[in-house]
Amino acid sequence: MNGRNFMLFALVGLLFAVTGFLQSWNLSLSILQMALVSAIMALGVNIQWGYAGLFNVGVMGFAALGGLAVVLTASAPEPEAWRAGGPGILLALVLGAVTVTAAVQVYKRMAPGLARMVLLLGVLIGGFFLFRAVLDPNVAAVEAINPSVSGNLGGLGLPVVLAWPAGGLLAAAAAWVIGKTALGLRSDYLAIATLGIAEIVIAVMKNEDWLARGVKNVIGLPRPVPYEVNLQRDPGFLDWAQGWGFDPVTASSVLVKLSYCGLFLVVLLAIVWLSEMALRSPWGRMMRAIRDNEVAAEAMGKDVTRRHLQIFILGSAVIGIAGAMMTTLDGQLTPGTYQPLRFTFLIWVMVIVGGSGNNWGAVLGGFLIWWLWVMVEPLGLALIAGITSGMAEGSWLKSHLQDASAHMRLLTMGVILLLVLRFSPRGLIPEK
Amino acid sequence: MDLLNALVAFLNFVVVPATAYGAQLALGALGVTLIYGILRFSNFAHGDTMALGTTAAILMTWGLQAAGISFGPLPTALLALPFAIAVTALVVLGTDRVVYRFYRKRKVSPSILVIVSLGVMFVMNGVTRFIIGVQDQSFADGERFLVTARGFRDATGLAEGLAIRTTQVVTVVVAVIAVALLFWFLNRTRTGKSMRAYSDNEDLALLSGINPERVVAVTWIITAALATTAGVLYGLDKSFNPFTYFQLLLPIFASAIVGGLGNPLGAIVGGFVIAFSEVTVTYAWKKVLTYILPDSLAPTELVQLMSTDYKFAVSFAILILVLLFMPTGLFKGKSV
Amino acid sequence: MAEPFLIGDAMTGGYGGADILHGCTIAVEKGEIAVIVGPNGAGKSTAMKAVFGMLNLRAGQVRLAGVDITALSPQDRVAQGMAFVPQTANIFTSMTVEENLEMGAFLRRDDISGTMAQVYDLFPILKEKRRQPAGELSGGQRQQVAVGRALMTRPQVLMLDEPTAGVSPIVMDELFDRIIEVARTGISILMVEQNARQALEIADKGYVLVQGANRFTDTGKALMADPEVRRSFLGG
Repeated sequence: MNGRNFMLFALVGLLFAVTGFLQSWNLSLSILQMALVSAIMALGVNIQWGYAGLFNVGVMGFAALGGLAVVLTASAPEPEAWRAGGPGILLALVLGAVTVTAAVQVYKRMAPGLARMVLLLGVLIGGFFLFRAVLDPNVAAVEAINPSVSGNLGGLGLPVVLAWPAGGLLAAAAAWVIGKTALGLRSDYLAIATLGIAEIVIAVMKNEDWLARGVKNVIGLPRPVPYEVNLQRDPGFLDWAQGWGFDPVTASSVLVKLSYCGLFLVVLLAIVWLSEMALRSPWGRMMRAIRDNEVAAEAMGKDVTRRHLQIFILGSAVIGIAGAMMTTLDGQLTPGTYQPLRFTFLIWVMVIVGGSGNNWGAVLGGFLIWWLWVMVEPLGLALIAGITSGMAEGSWLKSHLQDASAHMRLLTMGVILLLVLRFSPRGLIPEK
Repeated sequence: MDLLNALVAFLNFVVVPATAYGAQLALGALGVTLIYGILRFSNFAHGDTMALGTTAAILMTWGLQAAGISFGPLPTALLALPFAIAVTALVVLGTDRVVYRFYRKRKVSPSILVIVSLGVMFVMNGVTRFIIGVQDQSFADGERFLVTARGFRDATGLAEGLAIRTTQVVTVVVAVIAVALLFWFLNRTRTGKSMRAYSDNEDLALLSGINPERVVAVTWIITAALATTAGVLYGLDKSFNPFTYFQLLLPIFASAIVGGLGNPLGAIVGGFVIAFSEVTVTYAWKKVLTYILPDSLAPTELVQLMSTDYKFAVSFAILILVLLFMPTGLFKGKSV
Repeated sequence: MAEPFLIGDAMTGGYGGADILHGCTIAVEKGEIAVIVGPNGAGKSTAMKAVFGMLNLRAGQVRLAGVDITALSPQDRVAQGMAFVPQTANIFTSMTVEENLEMGAFLRRDDISGTMAQVYDLFPILKEKRRQPAGELSGGQRQQVAVGRALMTRPQVLMLDEPTAGVSPIVMDELFDRIIEVARTGISILMVEQNARQALEIADKGYVLVQGANRFTDTGKALMADPEVRRSFLGG
């Protein structure tokens, strides 16, 4: 990292410090927590776009899968629900997978013609109805059990930190399926395909209550760090806080946030280190060669589609890990809150502003843009308050402007993205 | 067996809504496909262009309503439409001048243009929310039904009713007029032909003396008209909400790609393919089947292939199938 | 000797990198056919594109009817009466034959039906297929569309980049016959050809280029008779 980049990081650090001094350290740290998570998501997108030029606008879906992994890994098991319908649901899922595999095999092995078409449709339609016939009653059975608090299969009850790699795996598996079908097509098609799969992932999570309670949300997910209330009851902590002259409530909250930040920072640095190693390895050089000239790389005997699949899976896994971390931080899974503007396109703004192709750039973009995303709203409110201060109280325009200032952040992000693209297209920390 | 009632139920719950929806998707997909054909990138800001145009139409409609002007039995929004198109055209022309033209001159790769359109999408989305907020807005007025379910039952004596809303008829009629105008323009006028020529072979078009900036400007104006019309019709038929319009991007792109990106005829067919598949797959067939099947076989459940929340999955599945088996779409699109 | 109608005089330049043309001169008289031949990579097409303004010259001039047009863009040269038929992608495949011709005349604001009738007289098959998309035609017919499109501006100079590439010998002979007919109407023809022997047969003037420079320049007949040209460039 050279001096200029260090300065950039120092400036962004200053933003967080100023927030801490002027407003509160609690606020500054809570922004930092999500900034760390966002930076990891940005790293995932950067791996795909910066290293290989793959256009993934399904970030939201992979992040949501990470969140789902937290429920499946760390929440308490529901043995009764499992007995009621667990095996049946698993069987249905297996049947679904068998149907798709059979259809693929029919398509691959049979000669084109009417017979193949008929058999293919037969396998797909028959498989679909069989799948539904097995799935529906079991789902009903599971969802009937204790619906007000669970009504789902629950998780494995494992430590929540294990959910992070699990989230990566789940996202990687989804990426494999998408990559197998959509890679090798034109770049815009991959974009549309990922946009679609993200919406479908959210739709599944909203509707399949047996999985993670759908829009009823899963709350009270376990934490990797202590709870504030427990700290406040812990005599050792109280003594320590008193010794330093801290207010115990604030101190507990700050300590919890610091612990999260520490954990996230470890993950972030590990991923940056791994990506940097990968980028400098022969594998990374080959990736960039492929990105810069696909035709030439193909002519040299590189299996471009296969490499693309690898990198698509890796990047998606990183996003999945970040998604799992975010759900852990929230302590709840709320499928209704996943929005593409916030979870997909905002991450893209981070990557482009930070500098695509450069891991440190993506990290810097993650920090800066997340800080802006949070702070633009109060800043906008203050700005509008200034503008409208001369207007009559209760006037139509004044109240409209005050309501509307909440939407300033989208506008700001768009303007920032366009300005960076126009005047500094390689981002704040360009690729070396 | 009661085929007649089954047919009426089928028309009422599948054909009529899917036709209206298909017309809306087709208009949206036409805009996407024109931009792709002429400017050669996938415009992610299209859904928000629709939202912005509709916002202009809603504001104008409110203004007209406040002034006591109405369009008789038809929605007032139709009177506001030309005004809204003009506003949207100015906005997109301004956007082209300020944003896209710079990249066009530099001949950047299409993926950069797509990212640029993401920026435009954010800005337009923000502006729309800034102006009209995030709530649902219903702005349909005038006569609500052309054919009411009760009226239909009384007139035919059938048990099943057929309701046709004014907005559905308006949608189809306006869409037909818009498409007819578009095809007349593209196939019969000098400017329209020059657009097709430019889309077909840019270099040769330049050699023939076709002015690219003029072609691009005309394309934006037509796209603004199509997007605003599509947005207003969708809003009349259902309701307006900036986020819903943004989400329409997926079925619209699916329609355009299924039909063959860059091919206007394909966009229309694609729109109806997607709309009919979505409605068919998410419709609960119980009623229709109860009429057709003998009592002993009558279904007790909804017979819904997928819940309505999975309608995106339908567009997506069709999109993937077409891409895998016909990479340039049903009608030959561009494969740049 | 008087100034030729169109001349690319001592042209030097390339596509930004190293020079491809080194003081190359190409000229054509009114109503005559000039042909550029030479081995692969000799800069034949580049010389033609330079005359049409598709690359920047470091030195040299292009003059049309004695007027320096070196600074004009290709589009402006079209307006000055030059027409160019590229080697590939030289028709609008999704448009009908007639629409292709209309697009050729895009810059004209007067009645184009007379010119269109002339093109149809020259290429009767096009009249038959005028409502068909040009992309559905055979290779030879496509070249006729391409030439027809270029003629629609009523040019004074018609420039053809390998018009017979990829067509059968019979079609090639027919195309050359049509090109002669076009020349007889007073239009100057400048073309690049791979089929050197046949092209020189119809050429009033021939240019043999080697490595971006003139090697032999003479009438078509004289070049055909020159034993060295025959040995090196015409395969004996």
